Formats: sequence, structure tokens, C-alpha cells
Amino acid sequence: MSQENLNAAWPLWEVFVRSSRGLSHVHAGSLHAPDATMALRNARDLYTRRNEGTSVWVVPSESIASSDPDSKGGFFESPQGKSFRHATYYTKSEGVKHL
Amino acid sequence: MSTTSIHSDVAVADIEEERAGQERFDQIIAEDSRIEPRDWMPEGYRKTLVRQISQHAHSEIIGMQPEANWITRAPSLKRKMILMAKVQDEAGHGLYLYSAAETLGTSREEMVQQLLSGKAKYSSIFNYPARSWADVGAIGWLVDGAAIQNQVPLCRASYAPYGRAMVRICKEESFHQRQGWEILYELSNGTPEQKQMAQDAVNRFYGPALQMFGPPDDNSPNSQQSMAWNIKRFSNDELRQRFVDMIVPQAQALGLTLPDPDLKWNEERGHYDFGELDWDEFMSVIKGRGPCSVQRMQHRRAAHDNGAWVREAAAAYAEKQARRQQDAADAHLIGA
Amino acid sequence: MSFAAGDSATKQSAGNAITPEDIIAAGKKAPEDVATYALYLGDDALMLAQRLGHWISRAPEMEEDVALANIAQDQLGHARFLLSYAGSAWDKTEDDLAYFRDEDEFYSTRIVEQENGDFAQTIARQLIFAIYQYELFTRLMDSADETLASVAAKAVKEVTYHLDHAAQWTLRLGDGTEESHRRMQAGLYYMWPYVDELFNDDDLLRDLADRGIAVLPSTLRESFDRRIEPIIEQATLTQPDVPGAWGGDRSGNFSEQRGHILTEMQVLARQFPGVTW
Repeated sequence: MSQENLNAAWPLWEVFVRSSRGLSHVHAGSLHAPDATMALRNARDLYTRRNEGTSVWVVPSESIASSDPDSKGGFFESPQGKSFRHATYYTKSEGVKHL
Repeated sequence: MSTTSIHSDVAVADIEEERAGQERFDQIIAEDSRIEPRDWMPEGYRKTLVRQISQHAHSEIIGMQPEANWITRAPSLKRKMILMAKVQDEAGHGLYLYSAAETLGTSREEMVQQLLSGKAKYSSIFNYPARSWADVGAIGWLVDGAAIQNQVPLCRASYAPYGRAMVRICKEESFHQRQGWEILYELSNGTPEQKQMAQDAVNRFYGPALQMFGPPDDNSPNSQQSMAWNIKRFSNDELRQRFVDMIVPQAQALGLTLPDPDLKWNEERGHYDFGELDWDEFMSVIKGRGPCSVQRMQHRRAAHDNGAWVREAAAAYAEKQARRQQDAADAHLIGA
Repeated sequence: MSFAAGDSATKQSAGNAITPEDIIAAGKKAPEDVATYALYLGDDALMLAQRLGHWISRAPEMEEDVALANIAQDQLGHARFLLSYAGSAWDKTEDDLAYFRDEDEFYSTRIVEQENGDFAQTIARQLIFAIYQYELFTRLMDSADETLASVAAKAVKEVTYHLDHAAQWTLRLGDGTEESHRRMQAGLYYMWPYVDELFNDDDLLRDLADRGIAVLPSTLRESFDRRIEPIIEQATLTQPDVPGAWGGDRSGNFSEQRGHILTEMQVLARQFPGVTW
């Protein structure tokens, strides 16, 4: 029996599934696979056993860059108070149709 | 500025960051919101989760064996199909859970090694044999039933990836319990021998299934902390009581009895009373004295060891392919 | 129970493909010769499902447990369709045919009955058999027998995936490590004697093929070779130089393994004949 080779541990992939045409792909979970070809197949077998998907993406987990949760304030709070970015900010047109 | 003062500034910054992290964490828990993988979390919370989620994953993977034992002998093609789908789901659920645990920074490889070395535990119920076809039914009805009782509240676990995995698992498992009940129903309404087979299976799995909720609350030291962290939502005894209340009428519908002379309705409590479980047996099975403890581990080790050359081959192929693509790209550059 | 409703990655459905129960419900009675042909194909699928089912919980990686279980369920599905349809000729159920026929009453080919061996040996069988089934079902979709045509139409989609799965693994094992190459070559060598038999014609097949109902196996050989050769070559393997095994024309020259498969498969059902499970 061959010695367990840690290099043989398959890399981690993130799986995104589109449940039906017209919708976005949604993160479903992750899996291990030796390469993208097998990752797609494993994703199909693992995450679409009950017709959950019409399309699958796989992305190497290490390729995902993510925002820093600690800088939440600077990153995500600045749009707060910028209500002029929303239609409801503009009230003069109330009662006028198709506006 | 001297180097020492830089270091102490860094240390102060670390402490400051830790304090802020703890504060944010406490607030999220207090609001009953969810912790995501990259959030700051206390080391104890992380460790508890890795232990619990990986144990849960190991249980799914080891739990494939008692039922897989019946795939080749299932007594009808329909039952064979259902059983294959169920055992397949268990592999899938193990994978969803490993995937959730990996977000906490522990690799699957590491968790698997902990299982194979005997360091990590899994649910002791799977160390009992599945001797008869009725056992497949009893496992579905009682073991999966108990598991679901545990898992539904875990859909709201504070650690979001765990909760998300549980949502998927609960959705898929809703058929597991039903198919088990249905197996027993057919047996119970079949010949006297079939009914006896069903009763015998229920007799053997009833006690161990009730023990799946863990030791009684006064003897479950980790529960308190898990509940404070919103990982666990109900105590072991609460879940066990709910389970008993659920299965009594289900057993009646089957026409089978539950092997507990103390089982009776308590009007005052509005619950069923039930007898003391054999906790000595529970403890000794946990310590590795289950009827199939060694067998289950050997089976898992054999699968892992026999697969090593396959995993290595696929990794080697992936590396070769990547190199070939790189060479082709280089050749293209030189050509241009 | 309430679950996160907005999570579209877990939205499930049962789909609307044909089921074995539909075949019974349609109430169509197969002529006996067509029924026997359905047994040829159905017994192959049943034996293969039985073999693949054994892998579940033993696969080289947990993802592969899920993959092999999928393929096993597909094959068992084909078997259920075909045995249900065959049974209509003799007022028998799929289970009567699966559990209460003796060894010499099955029609499966020897390749599906062979031992799983290691993963490479299983993949070798998968590669050979998936290509054969792919070519077969692609043509059977045009069968003059409507039931067979509809079963083939469903099966061909599934088998397309089995073929892809087997081809991907053949490449990885053949062109992976020295050890995997050796094992994959040995797997092909072990299975290759049973390739010829898949393409043997007999009187029943000739007659049914003349009437546009069956696909004549010999006519599939060329496309089988054309499909398997490049895969073997790309995997840096060679077609084994081993003669075809004598016999094996679905007429009773079955393998040693068949008895073991049936002993295991039928033991419980035969202990309780006539009951419901």
C-alpha cells in the first residue's frame, strides 16, 4: 500500500449553483477534487441530486478574495444615509403617473 | 522610536483588536444573528464547532456502513434503490459538514486523520450491527428520527455555515425517516415472522436511539456553553423527551411496542414518562466497546488506504496537465 | 419545519422523467420475444447495479462514493424499467424476475458479473460497458417498440454521464502515477476477454432487429472501437493483447461469479417468498 502522501490531498473548490434559468448562481458549499474537470462533475453529483440546478460553477477556494469583516464600517456603512440613491427620496412627483 | 516600543505597540493593538472582536461577537450572539467564517470568534467557540461539526460529519460517513451492508441484499428492487439513495445522501451529508468545518480553518484531511487515528469520535449508535432487514427500517425510523430531532434546531446554529449545511441536510433527510417507518410498516403488516423481525429490531434500537441525544443534562458539561453560544438550542433531555413524545404514537401506528415497561403518559407533565437508560452501556460503547467498533473503523481505514493510489494518481494527473498547459502557453509566447 | 426560503441553491424537485411504475401503469403487454430482449438488457443493468452498489462506503474518496452511487442507481433504474416491461409478458413483477429466477435463467453478459477488483478494474468495466450502452441506447431510441424507445431515451442521457465519468478516470489513472498506470492497464486486461461477447448476435436478436425492435449488437462494434481507442491512447494505455473468452452468447455460458451475485441478492427475498416488503 502506498504511503499516504499529503500532496495527494485534493484542493478545495467552492460550488455555485443556478437553480433555474434567469436566476443567479448561488453559493451551495464546497468539495474536494483534483482538478476543475472533476470538481464540476463532483459538484453535479453532490449538489444537484434533486434537480437543484441547471448550471454549476466551481472556483478554487484559494482564488476567492473577500472583504475584511473587521473593516465592516468603512466598507459597508458609507451608503447609509445616502437615500438620494433610492427612488423613494424623490417625492414631488407623487400622483404623477409612470414616474 | 525603539524596536521594543514598536513591539509593545503591536501587542497593545492585538489586545485592542481582540477586545473589539469579542465585543462584536458577543453582540452578534446577543442579537441571535449569525457568525460567518471570517468574523472574529473566541478560540473556544472555534474549537467546539470544529469538534462538533467534524464528529457530526464522521457520524454520517461511518453511519453509511450498517445500511450499506444491506444494499446488495435488499429484498425488492424498489427498496434497493431507496437504500442506495439514502446511503448516498449520508456520504453527501458528511461532505456538506466537512465543508462547513473547513471554513473554520481545519482541513478535511486533518479531520479524517483524527477519525482514522481514533482521536475523533462519532455517534456510538453506528457501532451496533444491522443484522436483519428490519434493522434498516429501525435505523431509518429511530436513528434518523433522533438525528432530525437534533438537527432541525441546528439549522439556526449561530455559526452560519453549519446552519446552512443543516438546512440542506434536513431537507434531504425528510425522506430517510419516512422510508424507515415504511419498511417497518410493511413488515409489521406482513407475516408473523416479518412482524417479529420488525419488533426485534425496534427492541434493539430503541435504547441506543434515545442515547443519541447524549448524557442527561446534569452530566453534560459542555451543553451549557454551547447553548450560551447559540449553537445548541435545546438541552439533551429536552430533545430526548420530544423524541419520545413523537415516536410513541408512531409506534402505535406501526402496531409495534417500545421496549420500556415504564413508558406511560403523564397527564400532569403533558409528556410521556420513560425508564432510565443503560448509561453504563452507553459509556462503554463510546469508549470503543461497541459490538462493531473495530469493524467500522477498519472498514473506513480500508476505504481510505485502498483509495490512496487513486487520489495520488488524480493529483499527479492534474499537476501534469497544469504543466502541459503552462508549457503550451510558454511555447506560444516564444512563437509570438 | 421552516427553512430559508430564499436559498435557491437548495430548491428541490422530483423532475418529470418516466418511472418504472409508469411502465406498469401504461398496461402494455410485451410480446414474449421482446420481453426476452428486455431481459437481455435488464439483466446486464441489474448485475452491474449490484456490483456498483457494493462500492458505496468503499470508494477511494467520499465524493466518489456519491458518484458511484449515482451510476448504480441509474443502472438499477434501467433494470427496473426493463424487468417490469419484460414481466408484463408473463404476468410477473420486476421482483419475481430479479429474485426468483435461477442462475441459468438470467441473460446477463459476463463482463457485468466480473469482480469489482480495485478501482481501476471497476473503471475498466465502466469504460467498456458505458461505451457499449451509449451506442446501444442511442440506436434503441428509434426502436419500433415504443416502451423500449422511451426507456432508451431516458437511459442514453444517464449513460452519457457514465461514459464521461469512466473516460475521465481512465485518463487520470492511465496518465497519473506509475502505480495507477499499471493498475489501469491490468484492469483493462482483466475485462478485455469479455468485450467481444457484447457484440454477439443470435437468432432472437436478428429477428427483432429485422423488425426494427432490437439493435443488432454486431452493428455497434465499429463505433465502439472508434470511441474507445482514442481514450485508451490518450490515457497512455494500450489495448490489451488478449483473446476473447470462448462462449458467452447469453445462452447459458455464464460466469462463475453469477451464482455468488444471486446468492447474495436473493437470499432474503427467497427466505420469505410471496411477502410484501
